[in-house]
Amino acid sequence: MSEKRSQLFGVMGEFSTPEDLVAATKKVREAGYKHIEAYTPFPVEGLAEAVGFKWTAVPLLTLLGGIAGGVGGFGLEYWVSAITYPENIGGRPLNSWVAFIPVTFEMTVLGASLVAAISMLALNKLPQPYHPVFNVERFALASTDKFFLCIEARDAKFNLAEASKLLQSLHAEHINEVKDEE
Amino acid sequence: MSATPNLRMGQEPEPWIEPGHSYASVTDKISSAVLTRPVGIGWLAGFALTFSIVMVLFLAVAYLFAKGVGIWGINIPIGWGFAIVNFVWWIGIGHAGTLISAILYLLNQKWRTSINRFAEAMTLFAVACAGLFPLLHTGRPWMAYYMLPYPSTMGIWPQFRSPLIWDVFAVSTYATVSLVFWFIGLIPDLATLRDRAKKKWQQMIFGMLSMGWRGSARHWHRYQSAYLLLAGLATPLVLSVHTVVSFDFAVGIVPGWHTTIFPPYFVAGAIYSGFAMVLTLAIPMRAAYGMQDFITRRHLEQCAKVMLATGLIVAYGYFFEFFLSFYSGNKFDLFLTHQRLHGPYAPYYYALLLCNILTPQLLWIRKVRRNIAALFVISLVINTGMWLERFVIVVISLTRDFMPSAWGRYSATVWDYATLAGTLGLFTMLIFLFVRGLPAIAISEMRELVHQESHGNGGHQ
Repeated sequence: MSEKRSQLFGVMGEFSTPEDLVAATKKVREAGYKHIEAYTPFPVEGLAEAVGFKWTAVPLLTLLGGIAGGVGGFGLEYWVSAITYPENIGGRPLNSWVAFIPVTFEMTVLGASLVAAISMLALNKLPQPYHPVFNVERFALASTDKFFLCIEARDAKFNLAEASKLLQSLHAEHINEVKDEE
Repeated sequence: MSATPNLRMGQEPEPWIEPGHSYASVTDKISSAVLTRPVGIGWLAGFALTFSIVMVLFLAVAYLFAKGVGIWGINIPIGWGFAIVNFVWWIGIGHAGTLISAILYLLNQKWRTSINRFAEAMTLFAVACAGLFPLLHTGRPWMAYYMLPYPSTMGIWPQFRSPLIWDVFAVSTYATVSLVFWFIGLIPDLATLRDRAKKKWQQMIFGMLSMGWRGSARHWHRYQSAYLLLAGLATPLVLSVHTVVSFDFAVGIVPGWHTTIFPPYFVAGAIYSGFAMVLTLAIPMRAAYGMQDFITRRHLEQCAKVMLATGLIVAYGYFFEFFLSFYSGNKFDLFLTHQRLHGPYAPYYYALLLCNILTPQLLWIRKVRRNIAALFVISLVINTGMWLERFVIVVISLTRDFMPSAWGRYSATVWDYATLAGTLGLFTMLIFLFVRGLPAIAISEMRELVHQESHGNGGHQ
C-alpha cells in the first residue's frame, strides 16, 4: 500500500487520579484552549463541565421518542379497532380507549428506550472503530486505571511545544503526541 | 455521583467491596475470567451437562411440532397447563434483574453494582425461556406472527382489547428494553476487554462489540444521561410486565382469577422469585470465580432482606385472596378456596404455603441471612414455591369453575416435564456461556465504586 501520511492530531497527557485530571482540565481551559477532550475509565463528576460540554440532546430526543411511540401505539389501536377493522360486539364502543392503554404504555416505553440508546450512540458518533487517540500505546490504560487529557491540534491556539509544556507544568506523567494516520 | 450515606444504615460499616482493591485490580480480576482464565474441568462438565439437557428440550419441541400440543397434558377444561405455569414463572424470575439494574440504580443503592450485570443477563435468559412457552403453546408456532399487527392480505387485525395481545406487547417490549439496557451497560466493559485482550480474535470481537468506545468526557456524559433515562423507563416497565401478565388471569371471570389484588401480588411474587434465582446463581458463581471480594456476604444478606420483604407481600396476597372469598360471599369463590384446602390439588397448596410463607420467615434471623449454605437452600425452596403458586393458580381454577359438568383433572405428561427441564437446562447453559464470554460484573461501575468507597471512607473531603 502507499506510505502512511501522518499528521498531528494533538498532544496527550496522562494522570493517575481523577482529581488531578479534573484540576488539569480546568487549568487547560483557563489557558484558553477550546478543543480539548478528557478520557477516563469511569464517569468522573465535573469532567464534562471542565472540558466545556454542557448540554446533551439525549433527554429531549428520548422524550420525543416516547411521545412518538405512545401516539403511534394508540393511533394504531384506534385505526385498527375503530376504522379499518371495526367489530360490533354487543354494541360496545369501538374507541374503547381504556383497553388501549397497556399497549400505548408499552409502545411509549419502547420508543423512548430505543431512542435513548440510539441517540446516545449516534451523538457519540459510535460505532467508530478508528480514532487517532488509539494510536497512543498507553491509551489502552484509559479503560483500566489511567486518566488522559488531550489538547487537539485543530485548536486555534495550538502549538505543540507550548501545549506539551502546559501539560508538563500540570504534572502529567507521560506526554505523548497523538498522530492521525491516513 | 453524590456521596451516598449508606454507611449510616448498617450497624457495622462493612464495605461493599473488600478493602485493598484498586481500579486496576478490579479490572484485572473481572476481565481475566473472560480473557485469560483457562477453561476448567468444572466449567466443561457443567456446560456439557446443561447442553445435553438442551438436547432434551430440542427433542421435546421437535416431537411437539410433529404431533401437536396433544402430547402435553392439556385438554378441555385445562387448556393452559404447564405452558402458562412455566411462562409466568420464568418471566417473574426475570424481574429481579431489572429491579436490581434499574430501580436500585435510581435509588442510588451501591450494592447493586457487583450483581447488576449478571442479574440482567439472568433477566434476558429467563425472558427467552418464558417466551418459548406461549409460542409452543399456540400449537403452530410458525404462525405466531399472527399476533402482531401487520397488514395481512386477509385484512384481519389483532384484538387490542384482549389481555393476550397486551401480553405480546408487554413481553416483547420487556425483552427488547432489557437487551438494550444490558448492552448499553456492557459497552465500556467491552472496550476494557478490547484494550486488554492479547489474542487477535478477542481483540477483533470485543473491538467490534465495543464500537470504538473511548471513554471521553463527552461520551460518558451522554452515556450517563442515556443510562439514567433507560433506568427510569425500565422501572415502570418492569412493574407493568407482570401486571399485564396478571391481567391474563384477572380480566377473565374464572373463580380465583377475577380479583384486583392480582397485579401487585404478581409483581411482588415476581421480584421474590427473581431474587431467589439471583441467590441461586450468585452463590455458586462467586465461589467458582473467586468473586467473594465483590459479591460479599453483605450483598447476599441484602438480597435475603428483599426476599423477606417481597415474601411478606406475597403472603399478604395469599391471605387476602383467602379473606376476600369469604368476605365476598360469592359461592364460586368460596368453593374454590375450599378446593384449594381440601380438593385433589390441596397438597400443592400446602406445599406452596410451606415454601413461600413459612420458609422465608427464617430470614428474620441474622445468622441465617449470613449463612451462605442456608441462603442457597432457601433460594431453591422459594423458586419451587413460586412455581407451585403458578400451578395452583392455573390448574385449580381451571379444573373447578362454575359448572360441575365442566370440571376436570390435569396431570402433566413426560413431555411437559421434559420441556420444563429443557428450559432449565437452556437457562443454565446460557449462564455458563455468559460467565466465560462476557464480564459477569460491571467493571467500569466497580472502578467507580472503588473511587467512591476510597473517598467516602478515606476522608478526603
